Amino acid sequence: MGSPVSFFFEVVISGLLAGVMYSLVALGFVLIYKASGVLNFAQGAMVFFAALTFVSLVERGVNFWLAIAITLAVMIVLGILTERIVLRPLVNQPAITLFMVTIGLTFFLEGLSQGIWGSQPHGLELGIQDQPMQWLADRTGMFVSQFDLFASAVAAILVTGLALFFQRTRIGRALRAVADDHQAALAVGIPLKQIWAIVWAVAGFVALVAGLLWGARTGVQYSLTFVALKALPVLMLGGFESIAGAIVGGLIIGASEKVAEVYVGPYVGGGIESWFPYVLALVFLLFRPEGLFGEKHIDRV
Amino acid sequence: MLYREAGQFRATYAEDQQIFPLRQDRVAIGVLLVAAFIAVPLVADQYWLSALLIPFLIAALAALGLNILTGYAGQLSLGTAAFMAIGAFATYNFVLRVPGIPILAAFVLAGICAAIVGIVFGLPSLRIKGFYLAVATLAAQFFVLWAIQRIGWITNHSASGVITAQNIAILGVPIDTPRAKYLLTLSVVAVLALLAKNLVRSETGRAFMAVRDMDVAASVIGIPLMKTKLLAFAISSFYCGVAGALYAYTYLGTVEPEAFNLELSFRILFMIIIGGVGSVLGSFLGAAFIVLLPIALNLVVPPISEAAGIEIPHAIISNLELMIFGALIIFFLIVEPLGLARLWQIAKEKLRLWPFPH
Amino acid sequence: MTPSDRGIGAPILAVEGVSLAFGGVRALQGVSFDVREHEVRAIIGPNGAGKSSMLNVINGVYHPQEGTITFKGRSRRDMVAHEAAAQGIGRTFQNIALFRGMTVLDNIMTGRNVKMRSTFLEQSIWIGRARREELAHRRKVEEIIDFLEIQHIRRTPVGRLPYGLQKRVELARALAMEPELLLLDEPMAGMNLEEKQDMCRFILDVNEQFGTTVVLIEHDMGVVMDISDRVVVLDYGRKIADGTPDEVRGNQTVIDAYLGVAH
Repeated sequence: MGSPVSFFFEVVISGLLAGVMYSLVALGFVLIYKASGVLNFAQGAMVFFAALTFVSLVERGVNFWLAIAITLAVMIVLGILTERIVLRPLVNQPAITLFMVTIGLTFFLEGLSQGIWGSQPHGLELGIQDQPMQWLADRTGMFVSQFDLFASAVAAILVTGLALFFQRTRIGRALRAVADDHQAALAVGIPLKQIWAIVWAVAGFVALVAGLLWGARTGVQYSLTFVALKALPVLMLGGFESIAGAIVGGLIIGASEKVAEVYVGPYVGGGIESWFPYVLALVFLLFRPEGLFGEKHIDRV
Repeated sequence: MLYREAGQFRATYAEDQQIFPLRQDRVAIGVLLVAAFIAVPLVADQYWLSALLIPFLIAALAALGLNILTGYAGQLSLGTAAFMAIGAFATYNFVLRVPGIPILAAFVLAGICAAIVGIVFGLPSLRIKGFYLAVATLAAQFFVLWAIQRIGWITNHSASGVITAQNIAILGVPIDTPRAKYLLTLSVVAVLALLAKNLVRSETGRAFMAVRDMDVAASVIGIPLMKTKLLAFAISSFYCGVAGALYAYTYLGTVEPEAFNLELSFRILFMIIIGGVGSVLGSFLGAAFIVLLPIALNLVVPPISEAAGIEIPHAIISNLELMIFGALIIFFLIVEPLGLARLWQIAKEKLRLWPFPH
Repeated sequence: MTPSDRGIGAPILAVEGVSLAFGGVRALQGVSFDVREHEVRAIIGPNGAGKSSMLNVINGVYHPQEGTITFKGRSRRDMVAHEAAAQGIGRTFQNIALFRGMTVLDNIMTGRNVKMRSTFLEQSIWIGRARREELAHRRKVEEIIDFLEIQHIRRTPVGRLPYGLQKRVELARALAMEPELLLLDEPMAGMNLEEKQDMCRFILDVNEQFGTTVVLIEHDMGVVMDISDRVVVLDYGRKIADGTPDEVRGNQTVIDAYLGVAH
């Protein structure tokens, strides 16, 4: 180990893997945005809620898989309730109003989850160690965490599954129709409300997966809701309506953030990952306001 | 009948364009100012001044700043606290490095520093809109806090970036008691609120609202979008900067950069949503609400739980507070998007006829 | 009245060889025409002919790939919208583009913004020049309010007004700019007969009393033939005819373009 080149690759790879974790959160945003035009800031709070519910159940002696099943059920109910109570009364309101309402939802969910389960931090154990893979280190001299690889594999399965769901199933096609044009979809008889409920349920599921992986990595605590802040620059880069954009955006942000932190950080005092992704996304947006994969809209007047 | 405008004729446009055309409003605001400047300092104790009124006034000023940008010019910002931080730390440096600078001059200069940074972070608004812009303002929030923490010069190389506000005086009168701090805060806030009220009812304010309501139409009738948006960012950031300076000098005293975190930005956003987007009065109502709610909860919940025989720990109350904030945001956005200010207006319209049904 | 009686003079606006495309869609192809001072000039054509795009090019909302626009003797490829306004081009939109959060009075006052000189600092102190300006422009706006007979809705938020009145408020806002050239995009669309008659009267009054040059898009052929001095016909982004209402009416290409469209 030790050559600058292999160190660089190590940095890039660990950045890409961290980026996958960002993509995972971003995915939940994209699902809801595509179906209902809402930038759901509360996705981070949903991730926290899922992780906290799961870990609290396990700590109370519930079986691992049963805990997953219960949490999934809770998340689906939560998603559907959110759609019903919070968003349906606001149909056809400006996007910015919908965004603000999800900030309110974020606070509500934070209070609710901690009100139910308490505010103390928890550890979450999935059985996979956050350690470098020995055989890879032996052969290439690069240290890559096996937990990161596991998380990436899960994310890959999730993305493939969602892609198949959208491409191959009737619900998926209906959802793409809804994403294109609400009114037209309604006119050809697609049950809009049912589709929204399904999407919120799926977003709840994605939040659960992200909550388990992020919770295992950072512990389950209040700050977990801030994973949303990691996903937002990814979305600005990749566009709010593209699953591919969420993945590619996550990888770009993850890798460049790590590279910047390692090679630039020391000269400016470190800690630049709090703002670097935002500035990167911002500079990118100035040249391409519709994002990486977003569609260009022509203002008709 | 109490709030009747019958018999009050406005014969000239000058009369019609007064800041408060109705006699009742003029009387009410006069009474309010007399009470705030004379009665309150005589009556209120230290707790009232330092823990309630000063933070309320500062929050109202910050909310007013955000309201100029978001409520009037339609550009949502999530970086309010960052501009407050600039105001606080810039004031610290002006007082530290410019011997004998009058504190009010330091406040104004600090506000101008915040305004300049506001213009820089407002530049993306020329190309990106809506929540893309809102997300972009998070860049300001994170970058500014990072810069204050990492650049030692800004905090005079103090440990972990904590600064202690210097003692201040105006015309030789030291501002060291809660009463003096309250009066200073009140004066600054009252003057800036008056200026803001004048601004939003004149050409600049109409340009802001035009850009907010329909930017293409605004440019077609001759309103330059770039200048208007950047001016909104500058003025808004100036207000937030002065609020931040007061936050450090008349409220906290000792400040760390983390005091101006995203949580504070959200709180101020909540103030304008609950108080009223696009309303000067709403900024004050919303600030009062958000500042008073936690205090009210801590007053009300323990006696109830005692009576019921259950002990409710403090952590639960703070979670309850989060839930109530969240629920209120959702409630107001759905039911009354124009907030408490709109409810107040409706109440006034009712009072015009009260107690008669017609 | 003959054109010379009404003081129709030299061209105030000339459009030469303007082409505009959005991606692969060609909205305008090599369109040229001129507008003379004080005349009422109509642009007609089937849906999608490029009429609104033409107005958007003239006042700088769209930027054409080719061609020049000459307004009051100054030629340029394209305009910046707010500069076009400052040079005296006013505009109303096909789909009403009022500021929905503001009252009628404030909407019309925005039309005076371009003429105000006081800075935001003077305005926030509300003394001296800022106050004088506010009063002077208010007086001017009240004249327009009287002229268009909308005194009773002064304080009403525009969102609460019926469609016909909103159209009138939008005209008032454009007039508040005291434009030399007024672009009207389907000012009578969706109106009933009485409202149309009112609107026709207002347009002709504006033209006669203020001497404002008017370019309008309109689908109602009766209106076009009655009030316009000359007519440009567009079809698929090209100019297919140009002349007096009578000339255009008899033009075979125009009849073909409109064939099957009842008017």
